[in-house]
Amino acid sequence: MSDKLKNQNPQNAVEVEDLTVAYQEKPVLWDVDLHVPQGVLQAIIGPNGAGKTTLIKSILGLVKPSAGRILIYGQPYEEQRDLVAYVPQRGSVDWDFPTSVLDVVMMGRYGSLGWFKRPGKKEHQLALEALEKVGMSEFSRRQISQLSGGQQQRVFLARALTQDAQVYFMDEPFQGVDATTEKAIITLLKDLRAAGKTVLVVHHDLQTVSEYFDWVLLLNVRRISCGPVQEVFTDQNLKLAYGGKVSFLTHHTHTEQDQITNI
Amino acid sequence: MPDLFSQLWSDYTVRTVALGSGILGIVSGALGGFAMLRKQSLLGDAISHAALPGIAIAFLLTLSKSPLVLVLGAALSGWLGTLLIISVTRTTRIKEDSALGLVLSVFFGFGLVLLTFIQRQPYASKAGLDKFLFGQAAALLQSDIWIMSILGIIILLIVALFWKEFKLLSFNPEYAASLGLPVRFLDILLTSLLVIAIVIGLQTVGVVLMSAMVVAPAAAARQWTDRLGKMILLSSLFGAIAGISGAFLSSTLERLPTGPTIVICMSLLVLISLLFATNRGLIWRWLKERKNRQKLQVDAVLSDLYILAQQHENIEHSHPIEVLRTMSIGHGGVDRTLKELQKERMVDQKEDGTWRLTRQGFEKAKNMSEKGENL
Repeated sequence: MSDKLKNQNPQNAVEVEDLTVAYQEKPVLWDVDLHVPQGVLQAIIGPNGAGKTTLIKSILGLVKPSAGRILIYGQPYEEQRDLVAYVPQRGSVDWDFPTSVLDVVMMGRYGSLGWFKRPGKKEHQLALEALEKVGMSEFSRRQISQLSGGQQQRVFLARALTQDAQVYFMDEPFQGVDATTEKAIITLLKDLRAAGKTVLVVHHDLQTVSEYFDWVLLLNVRRISCGPVQEVFTDQNLKLAYGGKVSFLTHHTHTEQDQITNI
Repeated sequence: MPDLFSQLWSDYTVRTVALGSGILGIVSGALGGFAMLRKQSLLGDAISHAALPGIAIAFLLTLSKSPLVLVLGAALSGWLGTLLIISVTRTTRIKEDSALGLVLSVFFGFGLVLLTFIQRQPYASKAGLDKFLFGQAAALLQSDIWIMSILGIIILLIVALFWKEFKLLSFNPEYAASLGLPVRFLDILLTSLLVIAIVIGLQTVGVVLMSAMVVAPAAAARQWTDRLGKMILLSSLFGAIAGISGAFLSSTLERLPTGPTIVICMSLLVLISLLFATNRGLIWRWLKERKNRQKLQVDAVLSDLYILAQQHENIEHSHPIEVLRTMSIGHGGVDRTLKELQKERMVDQKEDGTWRLTRQGFEKAKNMSEKGENL
């Protein structure tokens, strides 16, 4: 399947081959292949410790893989950095840091600003536009410790938006956010897709996978399956990924939502 | 007082000491701010202790007490200690706090052994090395001040140049790396600046207490502001104030050691900041909480009276205070709250001691409850 896709569309947004990562001899990711066509919303799902975050981090060069090849639009990541934006888990920083919302969002421009240059009017403008897109305009001057979890998440999304990238990697953006933020993120994801961007999202809520995403990667150290949601997000694959511990239903639709066990 | 000041200032030694302490306060304050935000406050302690064997070895190798030589030795040894901490944390299962403790005590112990050894040797110039333990600002010379100023200016310049990179490194290093910033290089650069900042203060404050000059100004400054730029400026300012006032104090009062005096001045600034800072200060927060509580109590009593009034045909119907006490959470402070509401003409008390809402109070309570329902 992946070969076929590659032939059809040589311009896969993300291509990962044979990616293997180990922390002190314990494999975290094992021989993972991933081909993401341009313009899809891709969920990365799997149980805790499946290597979802590690996958993103090693694509971004934050974790050094033991083996593997990573291409963004056909070129090595180092050469395509401008095309990529990263939204880390919001719990990964100290929100008591002395800075404002606008300042954090402008950090998205630091890479393209170059050495010694301070953010100026243009960066200011871009940051305000990004905040507008996530519905956080009126918070621009707020100290970041005064934000709710959902607002923190939207600030991180806005920061990535200022990078004006082609491929977005988001690590659990839906984790512990309120309904307003969830809606805002969904709208944002759809806007990004409409603009031809590719988005990879580490996701936890199995109930919403088929509603929010069109592609899905099931991961548990190894790649269980990857492809369009209808084909891949099956009871059998879920069992393979999560083990026999949970009973899933084959059709994850709204009508049967009550019966679905959420992990 | 101004007389005393100008008298002190005209004194060569005092002026030199004050200048030196001020510079060290500015530099360690600025770098300490970053160290605190990167959760590396304790690293400063390890670096300053780890510098001691470097001072001793530099002396043994050159038999010179030239500050440049000793500072160089201190810097190398402090740097080595830092590298050790980083590599131990990275390659073994030992956590950072244990690595810090290990390096600190091993280096410091080794330094003490070397110092004792030097004291037993017949070197003519050996005297004064032990002053590095608690610092002796009186020994500062004009030439030391020059070295400190030049190093200080270089450090501050680099911080200003790499300002946005250091900010992002401190806030979110992984994101910085994803943007392509050379995080490893920036990390080493910022840590090296911290090492130099600490080393130039060693002669004045001493290895044992130098870490206070890294941690304390930053902690005090953080209390007053929510912006990084202001915080670093304030941190430097606090460091300078503590350095200069400590230096003056110790030269006015005889036999008062400079280092500890500076640190005590700094601690006073921290104490004041912890208590009185706006927003974050303990007293400020206590006052704010009290105000909130009072407001909540007023609202609660108002709405209790409103509920009672709704239960009767006649709004004018009054109720004894016991009813309100039973309704209120915690059953306290109803008396005081009613008196307050009475002052605002929201409630009045009938001759038999029972309470009721006034027209004004009724409207306000009604308004409140409708708003509450809409939320």
